[in-house]
Amino acid sequence: MTAAFGLLLAGCGREDLSVLRPQGPVAESSYALMKLSIAIMIVVLLVVFSIATYVWIRFRRKKDQNEIPKQVEGSFKLEVLWTVIPLILVVVLAIPTVKVVFAAGNDHSDDKDAIKVKVTGHQYWWEFEYKDYGVTTAQDLIIPTGKHIAFELSTTDVLHSFWVPSLAGKMDTNPDGTVNRFSFSAPNEGVYRGKCAELCGPSHGFMEFKVKSVSGEAFEKWIASMKAPESVMPDDPALAEKFKSQCLSCHAIGSMPASPVAPSLTGIGSREAVAGILLNDDTREDGAPILENLKTWLHDPQSVKPGNKMPNPKDMGLSDEEIDGIAEFLAGYTLE
Amino acid sequence: MAHAAQSLHPSQPLKPGHSAKRHTGLMDWITTVDHKKIAILYLWAGGLFFGIGGLEAILIRIQLIKPMNTFLDAQTFNELITMHGTTMIFLGVMPVIFALMNAVIPLQIGARDVAFPFLNSLGFWTFLFGGLLLNLSWVMGGAPDAGWTAYTPLSGKGYSSTHGVDFYTIGLQIAGLGTLIGGINFLATIITMRAPGMSFMRMPMFAWATFITSAIILFAFPAVTVGLVLLTFDRILDANFFNVAGGGNPVLWQHIFWIFGHPEVYILILPAFGIISEVIPTFSRKRLFGYSSMVFATILIAFLGFMVWAHHMFTTGLGPVANALFSVSTMLIAVPTGIKIFNWLFTMWGGQVRFTTPNLFAAGFIPTFTMGGVTGVMLASAPADFQFHDTYFVVAHFHYVIVGGLVLGLFAGLHYWWPKMFGRMLSEALGKWTFWTFIIGFHLTFFVQHFLGLMGMQRRVFTYLPNQQFDLLNLVSTVGAFLMGVGMIIFLVNIFLTSRRPADAPNDPWEDGRTLEWTIPSPPPEYNFKQTPLVRGLDAFWKEKMAGAKAMTPAEPVGSIHMPSATILPFMMSVGIFIAGLGFMFSRDEFNNSIMSFLFNNYIVTALGLLITFGSMLMRSLFDDHGWHIEPEELEGR
Repeated sequence: MTAAFGLLLAGCGREDLSVLRPQGPVAESSYALMKLSIAIMIVVLLVVFSIATYVWIRFRRKKDQNEIPKQVEGSFKLEVLWTVIPLILVVVLAIPTVKVVFAAGNDHSDDKDAIKVKVTGHQYWWEFEYKDYGVTTAQDLIIPTGKHIAFELSTTDVLHSFWVPSLAGKMDTNPDGTVNRFSFSAPNEGVYRGKCAELCGPSHGFMEFKVKSVSGEAFEKWIASMKAPESVMPDDPALAEKFKSQCLSCHAIGSMPASPVAPSLTGIGSREAVAGILLNDDTREDGAPILENLKTWLHDPQSVKPGNKMPNPKDMGLSDEEIDGIAEFLAGYTLE
Repeated sequence: MAHAAQSLHPSQPLKPGHSAKRHTGLMDWITTVDHKKIAILYLWAGGLFFGIGGLEAILIRIQLIKPMNTFLDAQTFNELITMHGTTMIFLGVMPVIFALMNAVIPLQIGARDVAFPFLNSLGFWTFLFGGLLLNLSWVMGGAPDAGWTAYTPLSGKGYSSTHGVDFYTIGLQIAGLGTLIGGINFLATIITMRAPGMSFMRMPMFAWATFITSAIILFAFPAVTVGLVLLTFDRILDANFFNVAGGGNPVLWQHIFWIFGHPEVYILILPAFGIISEVIPTFSRKRLFGYSSMVFATILIAFLGFMVWAHHMFTTGLGPVANALFSVSTMLIAVPTGIKIFNWLFTMWGGQVRFTTPNLFAAGFIPTFTMGGVTGVMLASAPADFQFHDTYFVVAHFHYVIVGGLVLGLFAGLHYWWPKMFGRMLSEALGKWTFWTFIIGFHLTFFVQHFLGLMGMQRRVFTYLPNQQFDLLNLVSTVGAFLMGVGMIIFLVNIFLTSRRPADAPNDPWEDGRTLEWTIPSPPPEYNFKQTPLVRGLDAFWKEKMAGAKAMTPAEPVGSIHMPSATILPFMMSVGIFIAGLGFMFSRDEFNNSIMSFLFNNYIVTALGLLITFGSMLMRSLFDDHGWHIEPEELEGR
């Protein structure tokens, strides 16, 4: 029966987003509990619906039916029956629940083989710090397949909630003092969609990110390129000066120390999306080419993501040509 | 204040010389202390706020009808979801619950009024002025925008800089006062004012539900009162209860909020259980199956309801021990709830079920509420909740419980007791149209939302990207919401048409009434019972009918009936609190006008408001009002 529901539900949603199509062991364990609970609950519903339908039809008052029905006080046997059976069903669900709760309590924070990532939520972007490697990036979380990723979650402003539905359930990012830890892993290579699941302001719905699961070698290569980035700047010296004075006052790039107020721009040309929601897709099926996305964003950040903290480049004295120039430079700033 | 209750016993002579103070028109409504009129006030005020909350819901659903919609901007959307939730729970459904309790409880237990008629009026007016204050935010600089749960730091001054959340904290504080007063009043009424012979185990189920609900209110509302005070102090007086930098902790707010918030769910649903337990036996012509286990289950639900608050916080990071404990305690609530559902089904078993409008709503309630109940058990499993939490699955779950449970229950109750409240039967034909449009619309709106949540749509998003397979289900949901709106409009049309017909409902319009309210005229006279009835068993009226009697046996001779005097003081007290609240909220603002700045910044407005309130209280204390009497001649003259 559980398997039947599995088949039924598996049709629901995108593989990289849906809770019903789990892509890793942690999401699998949540999904298994869901299937068990749905199966139990459908049995309960069937029993209730059947009895209800039966009594509505069978005991409907007929015309000229005027005798007084027997006034039954109750039935001790029946009361025991519908107390004990639900109790048994609760126990059946409670035992695996408690097991999985404690299994989920293993956050792998002491696991030497685990990749440790400090996740920091900001209105409305995500910062990922690889503590053991001294690397900080934003918006795209790159992880090696098969390895446990040990997360440490916090926020610099309001509460957010870190959620990658196809890989694991969510966990809140709280301010310092109540830092959360948890762990998941992705056995297969792929790009998974992540979302913020706690109301955090106007652009809560746009606080998306991606988890990119890559092979071990590709991950090492990425770390190496992040640790020793080329010092790139726009070719035009005047534009480079503008970029330095206006953009880099908040954003970090290359070997600059990570900034707490704005996402790092290192390798932004290789990312999956601009601002988390303008998906980079040259085929235009699911988004637009990165250059176009960067221009859309830089020409009016507020219209893309209302309430975000980035000042409008035009207000900072950048001309349309300069903005386009910076967009072209950033689009070409890849990590290869 | 106790004199009103005491003097209901004619053996105690009252001081002479108090003539009746009667008002007419608007003054009558403002000064009334009659529970039946207060019930009608609660109904209209609750209906007004329910309408506002419903319009907010429709705007939300229009915005979500398609991906990347620009019908509303993000800030307005957040204000709408916050106000929709807050309005519906505190100002929409709770007052309608109180309307039915006020209209029915004294009649069901054979009393002439509630224990404290003055407090009853005060409870209504504080609720109304709190609700008005909260809704004033729309025209006074912006509504609250941090969700109805108002999680800090988002609801703190640093991230919600308008006065929106101040309207939320102070408005709810004032409205909550009314709820607490109402709860205490019903506890006292049910404990002390039952007719002779009505032991606790002979009380109608709705009276039991009201009793237990009032007890939950008594213990749960102080928690939210404290929480709102702390948040108000953080925002207005720069306190640091929830500010990490100042040594506070935002998770503390979540605990306080849910220690109130979860019992609140049972404050909402238990009255619905009570209504269903009245409607089903009446229209099955059969006594409630397993009455004593129904009472026991209600008490158990109320008790467990206080033990499960952290299941709203599984993803806050409480650790495995707390998550496991709260998972199991939450699942246990399924057991008493299941007892109730099966007892309702077996009440109908062997009966003669008549599908009048009230019973249609009760019949719709059972499967719909059960669906909300089973998703509740699914949510109780913490590791599964890590996925469900804060998604549309949760939105679907609590709407199944609150709309599919409570609102269907309220519809059942309103159609059932409407003739008792107003003396007119609502149209059965229109009532059935209301039922079918509303329940079909309801399932269209919310059933698909389970799947939206599982497919990755988080709640409280003002829009969503295309190509996520969310589009069709959101469209279906919006269509359903409009259908529910149509159902509501048919209900309003029904009320309007009914109000134009003559008030000719008989004492027992459904013909199979089982409880005391059906023994007296519809609507009842202001003293309810000319003679207090003698109760000889559960379903007191049915018992007399079966014994061949047409009316109850009186427990007293016809005598002079003591009545409480009408008074404007509760209204004045509430106006005072309202002014004080507004004054406090703006006490740190800079105004363009120097007189305004002087008045607000020196707390003069606040003081003026408090002066009105405390002045009214002083008046109430200094001048004894012993009420007035309806003499036997007047009773017989009718």
